[in-house]
Amino acid sequence: MEILVALAIGVLVGSGVWLMLRPRTFQVIVGLSLLSYAVNLFIFAMGRLSVAAAPVLDAGADAAQLADPVPQSLVLTAIVIGFATTALFLVVLLASRGLAGTDHVDGREPHA
Amino acid sequence: MSALDHGALDHIGVAPILLPLVAGVAMLLLGERRRPLKVVLNLASTLGLVALAWLLLERAATGAVDVYRLGDWPAPFGIVLVADRLAALMLLVTALLASAALPFALARWHSAGVHFHPLFQFLLMGLNGAFLTGDLFNLFVFFEVLLVASYGLALHGSGRTRVQAGLHYIAVNLAASALFLLGVSLLYGVTGTLNMADLATRIPLVAPAERPLLEAGAALLGIAFLVKAACWPLGFWLPSTYAAASAPVAALFAVMSKVGIYAIVRLWPLLFGAGSGASALFGADWLLWGGVATVAYGTLGVLASQDLARLAGYSVLVSSGTLLAVTATADANALGAALYYLATSTFALGAFFLLVELAERGRHAGADILAVTREAFGEDEGLPPPDEEVGVAIPATMAILGLAFLACALLIAGLPPLSGFIGKFALLDALFDPHGYAADGIAPTAWLLLALLLLSSLAALVALTRAGLRTFWIPLGRSVPRVRIIEMAPVALLLLLCVALTVQAGPALRYLRATAQALHAPQAYIGGVLAPAAEAR
Repeated sequence: MEILVALAIGVLVGSGVWLMLRPRTFQVIVGLSLLSYAVNLFIFAMGRLSVAAAPVLDAGADAAQLADPVPQSLVLTAIVIGFATTALFLVVLLASRGLAGTDHVDGREPHA
Repeated sequence: MSALDHGALDHIGVAPILLPLVAGVAMLLLGERRRPLKVVLNLASTLGLVALAWLLLERAATGAVDVYRLGDWPAPFGIVLVADRLAALMLLVTALLASAALPFALARWHSAGVHFHPLFQFLLMGLNGAFLTGDLFNLFVFFEVLLVASYGLALHGSGRTRVQAGLHYIAVNLAASALFLLGVSLLYGVTGTLNMADLATRIPLVAPAERPLLEAGAALLGIAFLVKAACWPLGFWLPSTYAAASAPVAALFAVMSKVGIYAIVRLWPLLFGAGSGASALFGADWLLWGGVATVAYGTLGVLASQDLARLAGYSVLVSSGTLLAVTATADANALGAALYYLATSTFALGAFFLLVELAERGRHAGADILAVTREAFGEDEGLPPPDEEVGVAIPATMAILGLAFLACALLIAGLPPLSGFIGKFALLDALFDPHGYAADGIAPTAWLLLALLLLSSLAALVALTRAGLRTFWIPLGRSVPRVRIIEMAPVALLLLLCVALTVQAGPALRYLRATAQALHAPQAYIGGVLAPAAEAR
């Protein structure tokens, strides 16, 4: 399972970085989203991968068998913040498209 | 700890975050129409923050580490806010800068777009939270709060240049936030804690096999901070963003690039100080050379800048680079002097950003920018015509602007008699005399930093003299800008703060040296944070 998760994170980061370096704003925002998905998976994996571990709510369970709750709460926070910032970036992207008349990240076509 | 510890004062540790939060939310609820009420709220909250910061500073000056436990959970498990000397210093610098930027904005800029006042308060909340928090994840959360508010403020006034610069700024910072999260989660994965003080006790105990992972996490975290501090080659976004932002916002941003510096100054000696085992001084060379490259790049930029706002932006880079390079020497005395330089350069650059807008006003009267603004926001949201603007115009405008420009130039170039000189002098003094007079010779780093500081000062002097001549002496038929008292007073306030720092240099440097020593010997910090809740009562 470790290798599968690692590969998934790697593919997401690879495509995210590639898209972020592209010249169109839409590609950049999709790249940033992919990157933040990868980061969220990574945070989750830092609590160690385990199958069917009990949540920390279970009173009386063996503490060593519980899933680590901290990465879970971290990833929730990160998802919420990532969602908000992506939405904000989307607004700026649209404003830039409206003001500049092009979707190039520099606000003008390179040869123009 | 002291007799003050009971009643409402118990909660003073969280007040610098709650006050702007409550004020910001209240202003959002007020809606767009009731601007005078929001102005009053904003002013009250900002001045309240100055008072709070001063109170915290006085408490911290005794050496006490004020720990506020949210929900009264003990430290490694709950969230703590820590007000020590460094945090109190940064709070005070931020609050003073904000109380200068706000009146300036009231003259005209606050009506150039929507939600200026709530965003202003949320930015202050994020900054204060980042300075006070005692754990890494909340540092991330407060970074995001201040960044989101800063995105809104950077775009304040709209217009094509701002949106373009804002787009780059947001993209760079979102990528940096991803690195921040990766670094934080790696550190958590290796050590099992996010509390800074707890991390400091656990890092020396990390097994050798886990160390590369730990250092990779720390390096990722460091890169995220260096992006905020605009270290070369991660800082190309800074000059264009700051130059495009409206003047009061740019002035407030002068402290934002210092947040990255703050995080490094706080965390690096704490986690990788001399006593942290196998990873001691991890990354010192990177910090040093990154700082050196930043100063070099900033200096070239200062010399090459054609307009004043970009010149100010590159001066921010020079000040960031100087601070990074000096931090990397891991010398407590030098760090103390660097903190003095930090306060001075923040005030001076804030004043300079405000002044730039006033001086340039005569040239093109800001007409092109304001026209775009009015177009983007419709007639009723645009700026009022000049004769309806708030405040009284001041006489002898050019003379006063010229004098203020001269003071800024002296401060930024570090010439006597103002505090810029004292800051740089104290820095060089500390670098050349680390352990008493020539006990073990003078380090090559000291010579390097000497050359760097003097050359960057010379370049700043050349560039500022040229810009001053071009702005104040050469134009013949230029119209004298209309400058109101409410716009000039903030500049004067910031310059007076620098004068106060000059006059009170002795006590200020004593406080800052004690700050730096506490950073390099963090036992009191660690002990204060990790003490059992009952004992701290």
